[in-house]
Amino acid sequence: MTRALGFLTRRRGGAGWHWTDVVTFLWLGAGVAIMFGPALWLVLSSFKSPAQLAEFPPTLLPYEARTAVVEGYDRPLPLFVVTDEAGSRTLAEVRRVGTVAQMVDPENPGEIERVNIANRAPDRQVGFSWGNYLDPFLRFDFLNYTLNSVFVTVVATLITLLTNSMAAFALSKYEFRGRNLVVVLIIATLMIPLSVILVPLYSIISAAGLVNSLWGVILPTVATPTGVFLLRQYMLTIPDELLEAARMDHASEWQIYWRIVLPLTAPALAVLAIFSVVWRWNDFLWPLIVLSRQEVYTLQVGLNAYAGELNVQWHYLLAMTVITMIPVVLVFVFLQRFIASGIAGTGLK
Amino acid sequence: MKRLTQMAGAVVTAPLGWLAALIDPPLRLWQRVAGQKGMVGFFLLPNMAIFGVFVLFPLVVNIAYSMTTGGALFLADREFVGGAQYARLLTCQNYLDIRTCQEDQFWTAVRNTGTFVVLQVTLLVICATATALILNRELRARGFWRAVFFFPVLLSPVVVGLIWRWILDRNGVLNAGLVGVGLDPVNWLLDRNFAFAAAIGVTIWAHLGFFALILLAGLQAIPRDLYEAAEMDGTRPARVFWRITLPLLMPNLLVVVVLALIRAVQVFDEAYVLTGGGPGTATLFLTQYIYEVGFASLLKNPGLAAAASILMGGVLVVLTLVQLALGRRNERRGKLK
Repeated sequence: MTRALGFLTRRRGGAGWHWTDVVTFLWLGAGVAIMFGPALWLVLSSFKSPAQLAEFPPTLLPYEARTAVVEGYDRPLPLFVVTDEAGSRTLAEVRRVGTVAQMVDPENPGEIERVNIANRAPDRQVGFSWGNYLDPFLRFDFLNYTLNSVFVTVVATLITLLTNSMAAFALSKYEFRGRNLVVVLIIATLMIPLSVILVPLYSIISAAGLVNSLWGVILPTVATPTGVFLLRQYMLTIPDELLEAARMDHASEWQIYWRIVLPLTAPALAVLAIFSVVWRWNDFLWPLIVLSRQEVYTLQVGLNAYAGELNVQWHYLLAMTVITMIPVVLVFVFLQRFIASGIAGTGLK
Repeated sequence: MKRLTQMAGAVVTAPLGWLAALIDPPLRLWQRVAGQKGMVGFFLLPNMAIFGVFVLFPLVVNIAYSMTTGGALFLADREFVGGAQYARLLTCQNYLDIRTCQEDQFWTAVRNTGTFVVLQVTLLVICATATALILNRELRARGFWRAVFFFPVLLSPVVVGLIWRWILDRNGVLNAGLVGVGLDPVNWLLDRNFAFAAAIGVTIWAHLGFFALILLAGLQAIPRDLYEAAEMDGTRPARVFWRITLPLLMPNLLVVVVLALIRAVQVFDEAYVLTGGGPGTATLFLTQYIYEVGFASLLKNPGLAAAASILMGGVLVVLTLVQLALGRRNERRGKLK
């Protein structure tokens, strides 16, 4: 292993394949399969019908049974490919008794054939069960959950950006007594996770009457020390001369903040905004505690509750999981490069 | 990047311009009355108020909670018992046997979390280092490969848990693979050891890209000429790794290890959705214990949950101090260079 690592740190030089190249591409290949594979599998599975999801071994693509409208029968009949001594042909099943299926030829519906079920296979084509995606919105509360999640994400991110940038502005552009104390305090709590203060936090939210309110989910998360820290570091690089010049022109401190510092901090704000969106959209433990009534569930809590039910309806669950993934995947696809530099530069998230 | 900057700038200023203009006159008045100091207060207040009420205050009150008993939610209604909750958590007749502990669930959670932390962090750091080393080679489509490993980092823990629950299901695709090569299917999430391994594997899957990215940044900061000089001297690659790459990456590696430890100690979301703590208590971790005792169980015991969370917080504070010290040392070194 260490020898392999040693080789891998070297740049690939010269022609031909070194064995380290083989290791590299094996690792990368496995990476694609293991990292992308599960999500892809989830998406493909989310289009399967309940019957198809129960199949073992599972198929890669979603299929649906072909049916035919046959004269003399009210409902469309499922088609099967029958293979026996008489050759291979496509028949429609009328009913099944034990191991014998009564089948008709769609072209010639008059006469009923008896076929051993071992000799027939469903006639299927690739087809997507879009109902998996529609039903949860029409018949269950998922529309509500989605709206709640959107509300929490948008409002929390806006408040985070505003309050964090104001605090960062004060902490980077003004000299005052106790400034270092405030900065140290913020850094000290950088890593104190919500999970350590769950009990008192819940009692505060409860005292404020915010249990089962989306504001109870939003408020404890918006004063992120990480955000203040990141924005302050960025604002420190903005030259004070710029602020002095604005003061000469009789700009108020608020105008300096809003019209000069904030636009110049845009790159850092964008990074924080991306992360705030991802964090708030993905939050789970805290909403799980605060929200106990179904109509205020966020998507994450709703999904978890749905997955915990006794007979899990996987076809709906998988589709809703895909829906939950979409915003984050969009953020990822469009802003991947930006996120990477944000993480590498600041250790955010 | 430039376009995004412009976009963000436009979003921040344009639509809210009228609002900002509306706030300005009263603030100007305030500035005249209170001077610059008053403005400091104004800018700091919103964040510090929220921070104080929802982070700092609970942090202090948590200690008070941990010394009370009963089911009442508000501190004023609770009965003071001093260190009794800690005693309950920490008392065992025989410390080598969890079953003799008064609060055996707690010790199960501690043992599980401890085992998890050691195994998960070790494997995670090894995999992340290997991935970073490989991504640091001269590859085509490097952005794509980086994205491959980073992608799961942004997924929500609930989604991660559900994806893997679906794959590890009795009738899931992993068992289909096993059957395909002639093996017996396994009840991945119903077997104690497999469920624990699944919790480790899934959390590594979800966080690998994050740590690999930090290490990759560290690798890219190593000056190229060191490698060129080594190549000129004909140094063996293994030696290059041990003498150049590893020592120069060590500061980043240490920070990554501590960060991974901090995360692993708090493991909850993915594991909870994946296994719900089961089978039995095989994947019951500390955060879930706190959640169950404080909120989910019928006999809620906020005092006990608070005491447990303070014990966990103590571990996290120590780790955080180590991390800050390491980070500061790296910063100093960076400046020296």
